[in-house]
Amino acid sequence: MRARVFVTLKPSVFDPQGKTIADALHALGYGKVEDVRQGKYFELDLATTEAVQARALASEVADKLLANPVIESYRIEVD
Amino acid sequence: MMDPQVLERHGLKPDEYERILRFLGREPNLTELGIFSVMWSEHCSYKSSRVHLKTLPTDGPQVLQGPGENAGAIDIGEGLAAVFKIESHNHPSFIEPYQGAATGVGGIIRDIFTMGARPIALLNSLRFGSLDAPGTSRLLEGVVAGIAGYGNSIGIPTVGGEIAFEPSYAGNPLVNVFCLGIAKASDIIKGVASGVGNAVYYVGAKTGRDGIHGATMASAEFDDKSAEKRPAVQVGDPFMEKLLLEACLEVMRTDALVGIQDMGAAGLTCSTTEMGSRGGAGVEIDVSLVPQRESGMTPYEIMLSESQERMLLVVKRGREAEVERIFGKWDLHASHIGEVTDDGFLRVKNRGTVVAEIPNRALTDEAPVYRRPMEPPDYLAEVQRLDLESLDAGASTAPGGASIAPSSNAALLSLLASPTIGSKRWVYRQYDHMVRTNTLNTPGQGAGVVRIKGTDRALALSVDGNGRYCYLDPYRGAILAVAEAARNVACAGARPLGATNCLNFGNPERPAIMWQFARAVEGIGAACRALDVPITGGNVSLYNETDGRAIYPTPVIGIVGLLEHADRVVSRAFRKTGDAVILLGEGRGELGGSEYVKVVYDLVRGVPPAIDLAAERALQLLLVALADARLIRSAHDCSDGGLAVTVAECCFDTGGVGVEVSIGGVEVSRRAAVNCAAALFGESSSRVVISAAPESVRVVLARAASAGVPAAVVGRVGGTAIRIAVGGTDAIDVPVDECERAWSTAIERYFAQKVA
Amino acid sequence: MATFGVIVFPGSNCDHDAYHAAKDVLGQEAEYIWHKDTDLKGADVVILPGGFAHGDYLRCGAMARFSPIMREVAAFAARGGPVLGICNGFQVLLEAGLLPGAMLRNRSLKFQCEHVHVRVEQTDTPFTLACARGQVLRIPIAHGEGNYFADPDVIARLEANRQVIFRYTNAAGELDAAANPNGSASAIAGLCNDARNVVGLMPHPERACESALGSADGLVIFESVVQSLTSGALVARA
Repeated sequence: MRARVFVTLKPSVFDPQGKTIADALHALGYGKVEDVRQGKYFELDLATTEAVQARALASEVADKLLANPVIESYRIEVD
Repeated sequence: MMDPQVLERHGLKPDEYERILRFLGREPNLTELGIFSVMWSEHCSYKSSRVHLKTLPTDGPQVLQGPGENAGAIDIGEGLAAVFKIESHNHPSFIEPYQGAATGVGGIIRDIFTMGARPIALLNSLRFGSLDAPGTSRLLEGVVAGIAGYGNSIGIPTVGGEIAFEPSYAGNPLVNVFCLGIAKASDIIKGVASGVGNAVYYVGAKTGRDGIHGATMASAEFDDKSAEKRPAVQVGDPFMEKLLLEACLEVMRTDALVGIQDMGAAGLTCSTTEMGSRGGAGVEIDVSLVPQRESGMTPYEIMLSESQERMLLVVKRGREAEVERIFGKWDLHASHIGEVTDDGFLRVKNRGTVVAEIPNRALTDEAPVYRRPMEPPDYLAEVQRLDLESLDAGASTAPGGASIAPSSNAALLSLLASPTIGSKRWVYRQYDHMVRTNTLNTPGQGAGVVRIKGTDRALALSVDGNGRYCYLDPYRGAILAVAEAARNVACAGARPLGATNCLNFGNPERPAIMWQFARAVEGIGAACRALDVPITGGNVSLYNETDGRAIYPTPVIGIVGLLEHADRVVSRAFRKTGDAVILLGEGRGELGGSEYVKVVYDLVRGVPPAIDLAAERALQLLLVALADARLIRSAHDCSDGGLAVTVAECCFDTGGVGVEVSIGGVEVSRRAAVNCAAALFGESSSRVVISAAPESVRVVLARAASAGVPAAVVGRVGGTAIRIAVGGTDAIDVPVDECERAWSTAIERYFAQKVA
Repeated sequence: MATFGVIVFPGSNCDHDAYHAAKDVLGQEAEYIWHKDTDLKGADVVILPGGFAHGDYLRCGAMARFSPIMREVAAFAARGGPVLGICNGFQVLLEAGLLPGAMLRNRSLKFQCEHVHVRVEQTDTPFTLACARGQVLRIPIAHGEGNYFADPDVIARLEANRQVIFRYTNAAGELDAAANPNGSASAIAGLCNDARNVVGLMPHPERACESALGSADGLVIFESVVQSLTSGALVARA
C-alpha cells in the first residue's frame, strides 16, 4: 500500500521560502496567487494491505520523524 | 558495418572507427562502442591537446607526483605533501547550474582524497556573461549555491577564488574548481591495479542512469537541442561523499590497498581501464555485481553511468574482510565486483558472460592523438590596435561606451562598482570559509591561506586567469595569468611551488581556436619555467561555444605556495595610519585589454601589458623575503583596474582609513586626460603596492634595490579619502566611504531582496 | 584536567575543531565518541559539534537525534552533566527535545559565514560562568538554518526563566535588527534548559579560540566549563 504524507509549516510560522515564491509569481504577473506556503511531500511504500493499518503506520512515522511538531503539522492520504 | 548515425551519436569519426576495428580485429558491439566513445572523447583522452600539453614543464625537486594521476603533489617539507588539482564542470553548469557546480566540487574533492590526502581547502574560478544580461544572475546564484551546498556540507572550506563577468561567456559559463589536500608524502596512493587475482571493489552510491555520455556532452558544443540533454546532469550527494572520504582515509591508513581511483567522467569504464593501464595489468569485472538503484540497467548503461560518489579499489590479497569492515562502520557497502588479471584487457562480464573485451592500452595510451591544424584568427591584427588618441575625441567606437573621458574620480567609482572588480562578499559569505579552523585570512584577498596543524607552516593558494588578455594575445595572456597567480601567492608571503592548469577553449577543430590553445600552452610553459612552478596536473575543457561563437581563450592557473612560518602571512588592507606606501615595480601606462577601456569605452582592444619574467621572479622572491622578515604590513598586487583600484582596495575593511599617493605621469598619447587615465588605470604587470612602518622603509628599499626590483615610496596611509596625484597634479580625491560603498554593492545590488 | 567528549555523527565536520580547541588550545583531554557508541568514555563535558549530520537531510539534526549515543547524552544531561551543542549540535538538541524550540531557514534564505557579535545574558551556566553579564563576544556563524523559532508562550517562559544565554547584538552590545543575522525570534543566539546544564548556540566558539583565526572571544566559553568542573560549583558573576 502507498501512503502519502503532506507536511506543512504551522500557520504561525513565518515561511520565507513561500513568501519569496509568491513574490516571484507576482513579478511574473500572477497577481491572483495571493499566498504560497511551501511544505514537504513523502511517499511511503508500506508492507500492509489494510488502509487502517497503513494510515496508523504512516501517522506513527510522521510523528516520530517526518514532521517536527514544534513547527510542522501533517496530513495523510492512503491508497 | 556500424550505422553511421550510431557512430555520430557516439561522437566517433569514421577514421576513429577504423582504428577500433584494427585494435579489436573485429566489429565492436554496442557496449564496446560506448566504452570507446567515452574513453576517446576529448574530455577523457585529451586527443586534441596532448601534443601541446607534453611541452609543459612538469619536473622539479619539489614535485612528488606530476601529471598522469588523479592529482599532482608537491613536497612542502616535514614529510608532508600538498596534493592539488583544478578541474572544470562548464557544460553541466550551464544545463543545471546548482547540480553542475555541486558535482564539479564533488569530483575534484574525490580526485584529492583518492590520492590519500585529506582535502583542506577549495577555490573556484567562475566566469559568466554580463550581470546586466538576462539569465546571468540566475546562473550566478545557482552556481554559487551549488558550490556552497556541496562544499559546506562536506566540511571543506572554500577560501577564495575569482569571478569575472564578460559577454563572451554568456552562453558558456566557466566553472573551474580547485582543491588542495595534505598527505604524508609516504602515504600517497595511486590509481593503479596490479597483482594478479587481487580483488577489485566498488564502494559508494548505487549506480543509476544519470550522466550517461556526460563525457561526450563535455566534448561538444551547445545548440538549440541542448535542452534535451538535461538527463545527462548528475545530482550530487555531499553526505555520501563525506562518508566515503572518511571511510577511504581510514582504509588507506591500514595500508590494505594496492590502488584506488574515483569514478568521475566515464564512470566505471574510465576507472577500471585507467587503473589497469597504469599497472600494466588487466581488469575483469561483472556488472551484475555492481549495486544498482534502477532496474533493468544494461551493461552499456552500467559502464557509462556517471553516478556520483563512487570509488574503485584494488585490495591486497587477504585484506578484503578488513576493508569491508571499515566501510561497514560508515554504513557503506563495499562490493567485490572483479579481479586484476595479467592479460592487459578490460573485460566486462554480465552474470558470467563476457559482454565487452578491449585491450586497456587501446582505451588509454593508444587513444587517438591529433595534431590539429592551427592558424592565427582573422580578428587578431584588427583588435590589437587600440587608438588611444580617439578615446577622448568625442566619439567612441562602441555604442555603450563614453564619448569623452570621464573624470578620474568617476572612472574609479565605475571600476570599483563593476562586478568583475567589485566586492565578491555576496558570494563568499555563502561559503563556509572557516570550517577546520585553519583559514588565516578572509576570502577576497588574492590568495587563500590555510595553516597546517602540527607544523608551523601554512599554504597560500590562488587561481587566476584573464580571458580578455588571451583573446588579444593568447601567448602573453597566458604568461600574465601564471604570473598573477604566483604573484598573489607571493603577496601573502608564500613561495610559489607548483601549479595546475584548467584550459577553457572553444572548438579545437577550428584552426583559430587550436592556434589560441597552442599559443596559450606555450605561454604557460614559458612562465612556469621562469617562475619555477612546474605543472603537476590539470584539466582541459574544449568546445566551449554556442552557435559557433567561442568563449575567449581562458587558461586558468592554480598555484600553491609555502609559508614556512604561518605567522608571517600578509594581507591586503592597510593597517595603520602613518604607514608608508611603497610601489614595487614600474607603471608604463598600458591600457591594452584593460578593465578601464572595457568599462568606460566598452572596447576590448589593444595588446595586453608586457612582462619581464625575470623581473617578475625577482619581485616574487622579494615579497616572500620581506614577509619572512616581518618588514611589511600589507601587500596587494596591481591587476584589473590598475594602480588606482589597487590603492583603493587597500583602504577597504580598514574602518575608513584613506591614503595619499603621488605617482609619476606617463606619456602614451597626445591627450592629457588619456595619459592621466593610463597612469591611474593602466595594467602594467609586475607591480605590488605594499605598506610598511616608517621605521622599516629604509630597509625595505635597500632590500628591493639589492634584489633589482624598482621600489619607491609613493605615499602614506591616512586621512579619510583616497587621494592620488599624477605627475604632480591631483587626479583622484574621493572619500573612502564612497569608494567602499560603490565596491561593496557591485554584485549585491543585483540581488537586493526585501524579506519581511 | 577535564575530559571533553566530542560526539561524531556521520556528517559532523566541526568535531575536529572542537577537539583541537579543547586539547591543543586549552590543554585539556579530549575524546571522539562515535554516534553508535553506547557509553561516553568518562567524559566530563559533552560537545555536540557543528556540521551536517546525515547531510541535514529531512531537517537538521532530525535523524541524528535517534543515534544510540543520544540515549547516553540524555542520561548524562539528566544527571546534571554539562552539554554544549554548537550549531548542528544545537539543532540535534532541539530535535531531541533536550532544548525547546526549532530552527528554520535563515531569513535571507542563504547560508551565511561571517563574524557576528553576541551578548552574554546569563552567567550561571557551566559555559558562561567565566563571562560577565552583558559581555560582548565576537564569534563566527556559519549556517543556513539558524533562525530560532518557538511559540510565543514558550519564548515568554524562556525569558522569564532566564534561559536565553546568548543574544545577537551589534558590537556595542545593543539589540539591532541589522545585527540579527538570521531572523531568530528575540535575537536568540543560544539558550539553556530548565536545569541550566545543557546549552545550545548557533555561533561557533571553537572557531574563535585563537587570535590568528580572527578572534579569541570564544575561548571563555571553554574556559568556563573547565572552571566549573574544577571548582565543583557554579559561581555566577554579575
